[in-house]
Amino acid sequence: MRAPTARQEGLGARLWRAWDSDIAWSFRHSPVAIAAALVVTILLLGAAFASLIAPQNAFDAASLNLMDGFTRPGEASATGRVFLLGSDDQGRDVFSAILYGSRVSLLVGFASVIFSIAIGVTLGLISGYLGGRTDAVIMRVADIQLSFPAILIALLVFGVARGLIAPQYHENAAIGVLIVAIGLSNWAAYARTVRGSTLVEKNKDYVMSARVMGRPAFAIMGQHVLPNVIGPVLVIATINLALAIIAESTLSFLGVGVPPTQPSLGTLIRVGQQFLFSGEWWILFYPALDLVLLALSINLLGDWLRDALNPKLR
Amino acid sequence: MIAYILRSLAQAIVVMLAVALIAFSMFRFVGDPVANMVGQEASMAEREELAQRLGLNDPFPLQFAHFVRDLARGEFGMSYRQGRPVKDLLIERVPATIELALLSSAFALVFGIALGVYTAIKRRGLMANAVMSLSLIGVSLPTFLIGIGLIYLFAVELRWLPSFGRGEVTRLGWWTTGLLTDSGRKSLIMPVLTLGFFQLTLIMRLVRAEMLEALRTDYIKFARARGIPERSISFRHALRNTMIPVVTIAGLQFGSVIAFAIVTETVFQWPGLGALFIQAVQFVDIPVMAAYLMFVALVFVLTNLGVDLLYFALDPRLRGATAAPAR
Repeated sequence: MRAPTARQEGLGARLWRAWDSDIAWSFRHSPVAIAAALVVTILLLGAAFASLIAPQNAFDAASLNLMDGFTRPGEASATGRVFLLGSDDQGRDVFSAILYGSRVSLLVGFASVIFSIAIGVTLGLISGYLGGRTDAVIMRVADIQLSFPAILIALLVFGVARGLIAPQYHENAAIGVLIVAIGLSNWAAYARTVRGSTLVEKNKDYVMSARVMGRPAFAIMGQHVLPNVIGPVLVIATINLALAIIAESTLSFLGVGVPPTQPSLGTLIRVGQQFLFSGEWWILFYPALDLVLLALSINLLGDWLRDALNPKLR
Repeated sequence: MIAYILRSLAQAIVVMLAVALIAFSMFRFVGDPVANMVGQEASMAEREELAQRLGLNDPFPLQFAHFVRDLARGEFGMSYRQGRPVKDLLIERVPATIELALLSSAFALVFGIALGVYTAIKRRGLMANAVMSLSLIGVSLPTFLIGIGLIYLFAVELRWLPSFGRGEVTRLGWWTTGLLTDSGRKSLIMPVLTLGFFQLTLIMRLVRAEMLEALRTDYIKFARARGIPERSISFRHALRNTMIPVVTIAGLQFGSVIAFAIVTETVFQWPGLGALFIQAVQFVDIPVMAAYLMFVALVFVLTNLGVDLLYFALDPRLRGATAAPAR
């Protein structure tokens, strides 16, 4: 005999339950969270459907016309084209460049967060569940990661990876290397949190009974403990997503991120900076605005999520 | 007391050795040091001779021992890219970075404490809330955008401040400073603001939280009951007790300030260590990367050590106990 599970409910009932849940209630009553979620959704959709929305394939050199260069936002260029947010030195539409650029930024952001969650949660579970010397070693390494600034770790990983990968592959590998570099500089927060909750969970009866039934340690960690310790990870992940996007743009701005052929928001800002002194502010301003809006809304969502999941803090 | 100092010292040395091992592995296993130093057309004999001279044919533990010995003497080898000793490059650039980092920390401390106290006392005030909201936006604003924004405002639009470089610097022995000339001081303003901003928000939030905590305690209530003026309560009684954690965090953050200077130095083309490190990363100049890593680790270890000893001096409870202070 099994108790009725969510699977047996109708779709309507499930939707109602989701709408009626505490989190949804708190969301409906937080204008800041709604606004932030709206901004994030718009920016995400814009990035996802860049190829449909963008008036121009910004990184197909054939579609660019040098005659269109340095057109002010909303004005007509020498060839009579109008650019919503202006054009850069090569006649590239800034609006299209932002859509394609935020796609790269978001890809690196999400992928590096997933990468650090994978490392951090695995190490945290092992550390908390096994304890002893394994725990001591893992936590010491986590201490080191936490005490060095993330940007320094990411730069070192990036530099080392560049040394290990043959120069002709640098461009293709750049995004992968960035994801690993940013991921490796942010996993310790997850490991610490998961370890803490695992220490609590592992003494509970359900873990004991799983052990008595003879389940292997890794199955207990993965199937029984993991679902019960994953909650706080989501909060850290949201805030880390903003950090990862900022880290990516910083690295790209420093010239060690993605190559100019696949620019991210940071690369666009780096390029735009050259034209600041000659008065073409829009090349820099709009990508920067997009980046700040993205980071700020994700941060606000993270703040809201933390409070919503943790009513004690209010 | 002596046991405590010795233990702190031993920990510091272990950390330094661990970082040295990372630096050494980078040096030894990333790319081919010889290929990095000679041109394309060097003969095998020339390559072999260089490998011999660099000691690359020795066994691993011996190489590491030599590496540590050289580090202790401040010898980091030759830069692959510039062909000069890394030591000279470091000495040339250390003053710019240290000056920037010290002034930024001072700026962050002064304004962070002032704003923290203000927002704690006027907790419900309009200005205080505005400052708190601004600090949240500030956290979402990448450092390089703050720098670019300042450049646009003060260098491009208003033309008050120079947008790059250190201006005119004065030599004091091997040290160089921009503080003694007008153009040097002007050049410092924007980089200091940019680098100090993040620390400022951090310190401000910390001071605010600690102050709110302190203002709730009984000795503050008692001070109020005694009729001591509010100003005196805030600054002489409450603030004094928030200083230990604040100074600790500010001290421990100094290493991060130096590391974050990488971004600020790039934005303002500041001729410091961070700019050197970025070039090294771009060109896989491993000796420079390794030296920078060691430098940052040294700063971290020294500030940690300093804070440990400071705790000892500040907190009489530790003197009797043998346990290390909880951080």
